[in-house]
Amino acid sequence: MNNAYDGLVDAGEERHWAFGTGFTAALSGVDRALPADVDREDLTAYCLMLGDDALILSQRLAEWCSRAPELEEDVALANIALDLLGQARLLLTRAAEADGVACDEDALAFTRDEHEFRNARLVEIDCGPGPGGDFAATIARLLVFATFRLALLQRLAGSRDPVLAAVAAKGVKEVAYHRDHAAQWTLRLAGGTEFSRERMVAGLDRVWPYVDELFTTHPVEARLADAGIAVDPAELRAEVDDVLDTVFAAAGLTRPEVAPLASVNGRAGRDGVHTEAMGYLLAEMQHVHRSMPGATW
Amino acid sequence: MVTARAVAAAVLDPELPVLTLADLGVLRDVEEDGDRVVVTITPTYTGCPALDEMRADLTRALRAAGYADVEVRTVLHPAWTTDWISEDGLRKLAEHGIAPPSRIGPRAAGPVPLNLEPPAAVVRCPRCGSPRTSELSRFGSTACKALRSCADCREPFEHVKEI
Repeated sequence: MNNAYDGLVDAGEERHWAFGTGFTAALSGVDRALPADVDREDLTAYCLMLGDDALILSQRLAEWCSRAPELEEDVALANIALDLLGQARLLLTRAAEADGVACDEDALAFTRDEHEFRNARLVEIDCGPGPGGDFAATIARLLVFATFRLALLQRLAGSRDPVLAAVAAKGVKEVAYHRDHAAQWTLRLAGGTEFSRERMVAGLDRVWPYVDELFTTHPVEARLADAGIAVDPAELRAEVDDVLDTVFAAAGLTRPEVAPLASVNGRAGRDGVHTEAMGYLLAEMQHVHRSMPGATW
Repeated sequence: MVTARAVAAAVLDPELPVLTLADLGVLRDVEEDGDRVVVTITPTYTGCPALDEMRADLTRALRAAGYADVEVRTVLHPAWTTDWISEDGLRKLAEHGIAPPSRIGPRAAGPVPLNLEPPAAVVRCPRCGSPRTSELSRFGSTACKALRSCADCREPFEHVKEI
């Protein structure tokens, strides 16, 4: 054996959990039939929206591993990232199926260019651990995102698309833990020292310009919501605001008064128009795959 | 001859090797037809990296038992819950120092309630039995476990959190 890793690759039909070793059966056996009347292009785009939100935030959270304020938090953020990565894999696989072309989750994650990603801009901005933010900003973003996604997945569990419904019903249980985690940290930081409270307030101010975009209905979402497949995010606003206001009231915080970030000629993250942070994020996330296409280890 | 169901049910969970896949409640179905077997499993958490190891372990065990054609399918619906861990499974977890989950029953309809504090449910220390334990972190060494500590024996321990 030439190196210690040879034994991990292609040992008969045993697949091991590593990039490039054929680990692609995440949806085997799930009823994959597309609803008969669905617009495949719309369904592809919608699965990318939901999947890219999860994938890109997963990447951002993983950046904290080994750099969080305490060891338990390294583990917690990595666990949350792993849950989101799992959701992203199922959703990107569904996007590839709906699209009907020969591609898979890896191709979608690692070979699309910036303008092809359909995540909301909230998940891509740099909230730390580097100079783009800090732990409080990361918690502020997680609080907003998990609250939004939990409300969304709860409704999506009733989708006519059997795969979206199953992914959503499972995701509800996971994201409920993410939301609680972020809410508890928000209370802890806001109720800690004057310094930690300032950071929490600044963190909320940092992410707030990106909140409105989550609730702006994209034409794809509108059409698929009418067809009983997607959720119109505008309908989630009241519930999400209620939850966030409950957290803010308990933490003695007020909702930030910061203007929303404008779209570009009416186009934003869901149309592939991203912030300057996105290119750097993709460069890091896609680097290995693009440098060594087809590599296995 | 040992049935395919018995072989599949005895395969151990890769991350909680004190439990079998049947104890954990992830083994949903085993269909046997001659030397062909179709096993259906469900993941505990969506991103659980152990799923592929389970698939490989099931295939290996069934091949070794003489089944030439083994297919392992994954279902997501209905979503796994800790309520599917068997009574035997709960006992084995406690015996190995991992606090088992409480039974939670079906979730109530309507929005998921927000917990601004860790839930107050009593989790007994699996070492000394004390009910005076507290949560250190909701997220432990695997997706399915939280980290707690005991105020009496002072030991940290893991708890399979309810989901």
